[in-house]
Amino acid sequence: MALAKGAPESGAVANPATPQVIAFWRDERKRGMIAQVVVVAALLGFIWFLLRNFLIKQEMSGAPPLSLYFLQDVAGFQLSFSLIPLTLDSPIGRVIFAGALNTLIAAFFAGIIATFLGLLVGIARLSKNWLISHIAATYIEIIRNIPLLLQLVFWYGGVLTALPKPKDSISLLDVVFLNIKGLFLPKPILQEGVGLFFIAIAVAIGLAIFIARWARKRQMATGQQFPTIIVNTALIILLPAFVFVLLHDPIGWEFPEKGAFNFKGGLTVQPEMTALIVGIGISTAAYVAEIVRAGIISVSHGQSEASHALGLKSSWTLRLVVLPQALRVIIPPMISQYLNVVKNSTLAGFIGYADLFAVIGTSQNQTGRAVECVVILMVFYLTISLIISTIMNVYNKRAALIER
Amino acid sequence: MSTQAQANPSGADLAISDEVMIGLTGVNKWYGQFHVLKDIDLTVLKGERIVICGPSGSGKSTLIRCINRLEEHQRGRIVVDGIELTHDLKNIEKVRREVGMVFQHFNLFPHLTVLDNLTLAPIWVKKVPKKEAEEVAMHYLKRVKIPEQAGKFPGQLSGGQQQRVAIARSLCMSPKVMLFDEPTSALDPEMIKEVLDVMIELARSGMTMICVTHEMGFARTVANRVIFMDKGEIIEQNEPEEFFNNPKSDRTKLFLSQILHH
Ligand SMILES: Nc1ncnc2c1ncn2[C@@H]1O[C@H](COP(=O)(O)OP(=O)(O)O)[C@@H](O)[C@H]1O
Ligand SMILES: [Mg+2]
Repeated sequence: MALAKGAPESGAVANPATPQVIAFWRDERKRGMIAQVVVVAALLGFIWFLLRNFLIKQEMSGAPPLSLYFLQDVAGFQLSFSLIPLTLDSPIGRVIFAGALNTLIAAFFAGIIATFLGLLVGIARLSKNWLISHIAATYIEIIRNIPLLLQLVFWYGGVLTALPKPKDSISLLDVVFLNIKGLFLPKPILQEGVGLFFIAIAVAIGLAIFIARWARKRQMATGQQFPTIIVNTALIILLPAFVFVLLHDPIGWEFPEKGAFNFKGGLTVQPEMTALIVGIGISTAAYVAEIVRAGIISVSHGQSEASHALGLKSSWTLRLVVLPQALRVIIPPMISQYLNVVKNSTLAGFIGYADLFAVIGTSQNQTGRAVECVVILMVFYLTISLIISTIMNVYNKRAALIER
Repeated sequence: MSTQAQANPSGADLAISDEVMIGLTGVNKWYGQFHVLKDIDLTVLKGERIVICGPSGSGKSTLIRCINRLEEHQRGRIVVDGIELTHDLKNIEKVRREVGMVFQHFNLFPHLTVLDNLTLAPIWVKKVPKKEAEEVAMHYLKRVKIPEQAGKFPGQLSGGQQQRVAIARSLCMSPKVMLFDEPTSALDPEMIKEVLDVMIELARSGMTMICVTHEMGFARTVANRVIFMDKGEIIEQNEPEEFFNNPKSDRTKLFLSQILHH
């Protein structure tokens, strides 16, 4: 600020009006301190208000004290889809756990679709081809201007219910079937000795990492380059394939078979789940595309020109110069997109998919344990969000560290 | 003018061989309908130091960017050190390895340290061991007088320092030709001299150079030929003394009167 502490007033005409003591409302340090005290006090007051309210209501209604023992009670309701076996006698805790798994699996696949489709659309948006870039732009604009719930209803009610009846299923090579009741896939059945196959995959990946490190080290020491990408791709495909053949089909397949009304056996993906994954995936991809586009154009054209002028070929320019700079811009907003995928999955209930939010809703109705249920919800979503942020932040730190 | 006139060797005294380094014959280029380069013929001998000047938009940048194929010409031939620039990527890569370029806005890689900026291309393109590349890099950093900045990032340097790093980065590839596109135009006046000094020293070492610049003091000091371009054409070229004292075309006279009277 204008007043330097203890600065000698040499030469200048002393201004008698200059205040020696700063009034506290003009002192930036005191102002900062006061602001902090006010915020903390307000927050504590608000929490106290909520707690007091809760305790008074609790007493008035005569509800039992807070406890999680109700999770052991029989649920009495079932889920339309679950990754773990459930019966009508399953305890509520187990049903809620199944709901949580449903949320995780839907969010996981939606996240994968969002990442890859978003990457593709983002690059397409930058294409010099007029048609491609305009298709990408239209996609992004349409998706971003329609509420997600409407999109989900569109996929579930509009697209998936327009699929044919089981007897007229759309089939792919008579192995995969799609109809109004869902998507039917062959189910892998692990045979004896399959462990060796998985070990082979792990060994191949470990070896690939080792080769990459060794090649890098050797290049730095001697300048010799090694075709790491080609060799490692071959290794990761060929070694497990070789073991697979040696073991004589360690994985069997159970194919969906046409039953009286629908397909039996195999793996069934419910239309509700398909709609949720596709809907959220396609919607989030539009936002991811914009992030990717922004990341790439944030690296100025001069960067790749300088790299080319030095003789670095295009693939190296992308890998060594453009991507490291683009990633720094791309990663932070990607964190919030992944968090959005998880949070948006709570819309599942509207299209009849039993995600955690829907399951908790039912549990709360059945047991009257509103506060406990809300706490479970909060703890779950908070934990998932923190895990995603932590992973992405670690990744971001590594990307940033290489730069600065 | 930031360069003081130097008493000792003027451009003309430096050795020039009769080997052809760069040859452009009948080079034409269009941006859509716009004719940027019109029938450019230019032969640059090994060891020549050429300054190109001309009004903004006259095609100077486009011309030198064609020499390392940052821009593609549509008609005519460009041959660099015996290698013709065609659609053959192999030739383009070879030419780029022999031609260094310094840009107006430095274009250093902000995510790499100064040292890593200098060693990136030698390691990947020339397949030099890292340690060796770093030794070469330090040698050139000393030559541009900033070895102590090796561990810093470009963003932490002044404009003049960044441009000197950019020059050193090109030199690390041991180019046979250096192209400069207005290397001092983005610099504050007090930093222009430090960059020009490095360029003068480079010229004295015998490097073949083509510089787009309006630093006329620099042109007088090191150039053996000054070329004036306007509207995509080479209007006039001559030795610096002759060029500045006796310009032939009216357009050159007008241009010189404009830049010298500022
Ligand atoms: N990528 C481009 N697309 C279309 N026009 C361009 C492009 N680059 C340069 N031009 C035009 O070509 C002319 C010559 O540009 P340039 O070589 O940069 O001129 P100079 O370096 O002499 O100022 C200018 O009129 C400029 O507008
Ligand atoms: Mg220019």
